Amino acid sequence: MSQKKNNIKTFFQALPKNIFSGFVVSLIALPLGLGLAMASEAPPISGVIAAVVGGVLVSILGGSNVTISGPGNGLVGVLLVAISTLGIESAYAAIICSGALLLILGFLRLGKLADFFPSSAIQGMLAAIGLIILGKQFHIMLAHRIKREDTIDYLLEIPFTINDAIHYNNTGLLYAAAAGVISFVIMIFYSKIRNKYLQLIPAPMWIVILSIAFSYYFELVAHQNNPIALEYMISGIPEFSEIIEQIPTIDFSKIDSLPFWTSVLALTLIASIESLLSIKAVDKLDPEKRRSNVNRDLKALGLATIGSGFLGGLNVVTVIARSSVNVNNGGSNRSSNFFHATFLVVFIVLFSSQLQRIPLPALMAILVYTGYKLASPENIRKIFKIGREQLIIFFVTLLVTLKIGLISGIASGVVVTFILHLIINKSFSLFGRNLLKPNVLMFQEDRNYYVSVKHFCSFLNFYKLKAKLDAVPETEDVIVDFSLCKFVDHTVMENLNNYQELFTKRGGHFEVLGLDLHDTDSKHPFALRRLLPVPNVIKKSLTRRQTTIEELAKDYQLSYVSKKERETHFLDSFLFFRVKSINYIYNQLSNKNEAINTFDIEFSEGEFIAKEVVRSTMLHIKLDKSIPEFTLDREGFLEKVYAFAGFKDIPIANHTDFSKRFYLLGEDTKAIQAFFTDEITHFFESNPYYHVESNGHDLLIFGRERLASIKEIKALYDFGKRLQQVVS
Amino acid sequence: MFVRYYEKNYLHFFRNYLTVIQKPFKTIGLGIAFSPNLKANLYEAARLALFFESKLVLIHVGNASEDKLESLKNILNTFKKDNLDYEVIFKPGDPVEVILGASEEKKVDLLVIGAAKREKIFTYYVGSIARQITRKAKCSLLLLINPSIERLPCQHIVVNGLIDPKTEQTIATAFYVGSKLKAEKLTIVEEIKQNEIAVKLNDDKSLRKTTILKERLRNRERSRINHIIEDIPEEFTKDIVIKSQPIFGTQGYSIGHYAQIARADLLIMNAPTKMTFWDRLFPHDIEHILTELPTDVLIIQ
Repeated sequence: MSQKKNNIKTFFQALPKNIFSGFVVSLIALPLGLGLAMASEAPPISGVIAAVVGGVLVSILGGSNVTISGPGNGLVGVLLVAISTLGIESAYAAIICSGALLLILGFLRLGKLADFFPSSAIQGMLAAIGLIILGKQFHIMLAHRIKREDTIDYLLEIPFTINDAIHYNNTGLLYAAAAGVISFVIMIFYSKIRNKYLQLIPAPMWIVILSIAFSYYFELVAHQNNPIALEYMISGIPEFSEIIEQIPTIDFSKIDSLPFWTSVLALTLIASIESLLSIKAVDKLDPEKRRSNVNRDLKALGLATIGSGFLGGLNVVTVIARSSVNVNNGGSNRSSNFFHATFLVVFIVLFSSQLQRIPLPALMAILVYTGYKLASPENIRKIFKIGREQLIIFFVTLLVTLKIGLISGIASGVVVTFILHLIINKSFSLFGRNLLKPNVLMFQEDRNYYVSVKHFCSFLNFYKLKAKLDAVPETEDVIVDFSLCKFVDHTVMENLNNYQELFTKRGGHFEVLGLDLHDTDSKHPFALRRLLPVPNVIKKSLTRRQTTIEELAKDYQLSYVSKKERETHFLDSFLFFRVKSINYIYNQLSNKNEAINTFDIEFSEGEFIAKEVVRSTMLHIKLDKSIPEFTLDREGFLEKVYAFAGFKDIPIANHTDFSKRFYLLGEDTKAIQAFFTDEITHFFESNPYYHVESNGHDLLIFGRERLASIKEIKALYDFGKRLQQVVS
Repeated sequence: MFVRYYEKNYLHFFRNYLTVIQKPFKTIGLGIAFSPNLKANLYEAARLALFFESKLVLIHVGNASEDKLESLKNILNTFKKDNLDYEVIFKPGDPVEVILGASEEKKVDLLVIGAAKREKIFTYYVGSIARQITRKAKCSLLLLINPSIERLPCQHIVVNGLIDPKTEQTIATAFYVGSKLKAEKLTIVEEIKQNEIAVKLNDDKSLRKTTILKERLRNRERSRINHIIEDIPEEFTKDIVIKSQPIFGTQGYSIGHYAQIARADLLIMNAPTKMTFWDRLFPHDIEHILTELPTDVLIIQ
């Protein structure tokens, strides 16, 4: 009873934060919803309907915690085919049927379905979807509407479209293309600008706001018509009352035809894969380290898809980019998904006529960027690094998906992967004889969980290993031993790497053993194993900054290490990194006993199109004694927003100047107040501002979210050294 | 309640086989072929016969000849000083039928079948004969995957602790074998079937529930095994380290895999209760072990 009361209490305490993050997510969901729907050639409002229905139903019935649901980019390709072959009314019927299938998948507990696909094949499929989106929308972004049979034709046409766009005579088209290009530039450079106020609104919403402001400028200030050609403006956004009146008729007459069911199957397949992958990725970001109930989520998504289909909306899936934005803005439970839906309704009720002022190319620029991110050369390079055979799988899946379709694409990926495994092992019997055998043993020895895998472990039977690993709480120690296993494929290695990250993040330990044996076994060229070990890329030449740091190290008698270090777990317990993932630290400067250590760090925030890679310089101090956990930062506008969202500043008695200028956060108010003695408070008052954070025994200090200059490193180091003396 | 039910059962069984424990293997049978492995197989079987103080019956599928008899005599000469009591039977026909028929005739309690694990095809062949024999045999069966002329000490024995009426006798025999072979360690593996865990694993809450449930099952199994061990005469248990290892996994499979990892020298199992058509189609229990033969396997009838 008291437990329950406590839950309700924490729920209401977290509510303001969730309303806030729901609001931010809705800012990105509105333009994406409109854009994804239009890219699928559905009415623009159908994307928003999917987001609203999904947000409401999944937040109430779902089993995950910080995910956001709505229309997904993976489905654009399938929906496009469904709508063009079946017509929109039958497509709604297909959406409803795929929702029912998803519901059944959830009831059959088939949340493990996504594990049966090799990860390079999934990458290839996603890249193909990216190219489908990019190929089609690029032309609209440059105000050049064309109609081609094949996706590849759209891609080949891109240079001609660019050429045409440069030579437009029609000013309407020119303005439209300019809107598209400017929006695309905003999407690219937004993540590179670290400005608090700018970052408060997501890039897609900036595009919406700027284009609406542009249109109002011409109407109210210049008293002219909007210079962008009328056919390149969004049309057909109904008033809220009209949406309810005009529920579309749904045509089930094609239910006995083959194309109908191919569409249903493709929709279900892609919807489930996209959702399951997203849930898995978002679980890693969850600051409260909860585990999602995947099957319950599938049921909720299925139900939401059925509802959305009946109301004239698209498929509802779990979406990664919006979910990561949710986590970054403090969303802590499913209510943020609900509020994201609520704010979307508010937007449509209040601003549906304003939305018609958005130029189509601007909206499509967002999608072109999404498509580019899905198919970016960066991904291909990463796959190539893993191994050449992965590249074959990737490209076969990619090409078949583009040429024939999604289901054939992913099927070909699976087949090619299996054939490659046969070739690599030169043995069919290894797979044929052992496929159906149980091959995983797990038992508890002392405090450890020991897992041994026999025969082979690939995407075909990874679910057996996964079932065992999922039964271990992430706070425990696990040892996975492959010494009896003849072959381990890339999909398994990648998934194990994910487990490793998850376990370390949640305080457990996950170790993989027995793979070094495979190196001596010439039968298996184990390129696939390269994924796990810590890649220490030693660059031969140092940059100028590095040589200067080297000099500085000599001067200050510090030791300097330039190479990338991926062992960064000492940073995991800091609040600052709770929703961020650290890539590596480098350029480390440390004093003799390694108590004070400055380093450059690369970390990333968010996922996919909301992903921002940040490099910064930080200082880490090991303390000899325990101090309370706290965060100290400059008092400013953003902090006031966060204060509204539920955090409270801790006042220090007799130091009004300090309290006014600094923003002090922490759970144990009394201990923090006792810790901030006159001496420590005076130290902070009389020194430059830094973000200072304590995790109980260590201090983390940094200035800006960018790399520091040599001078700044010196200042930072000096500050840290004096702070260490004051504190201890 | 569960435990009490078994306690009752055990007492019942206990009275029945106490006499059996004293000397379970009076006659040891060995199927022989004149292969390069003959010497190793004979040495192993002869040593066992001496350890268990039993008679050795050598069964050869084929016609008798002086040469064959002579070579057997030569090999077994080493054991003459130990007063090895042995007998040779020659009989042509189907290997499985001949071996089983002779075993029954000579009242063999333990039938030894040797195979070199290195010879892939032979292992498979022996595996298939062994499978046929285990299905039909009425006596205990020992499968040697790596017979050797020199005695390799048997250090670690793994025995199953399934919830099965036969288990108690199997464990008792394992202790008997362990003490005779002077094994250092005996591990009793309790395989707990997945379907005993009623909670389906979904999220943190169900994970907590399953973890607690598993701990409870583990304790139940441990106390069950402890009861079995208490009933075994102390002379067999006092010089051996006893370990209990509960495993959640596929029955019959996990123990074989475990024996392989734990580098057991001997794996002791219950004989399968019933073999229906479906059991052969969907391999389980002992079938998994017979196809993979992780180590020497002793199947107690």
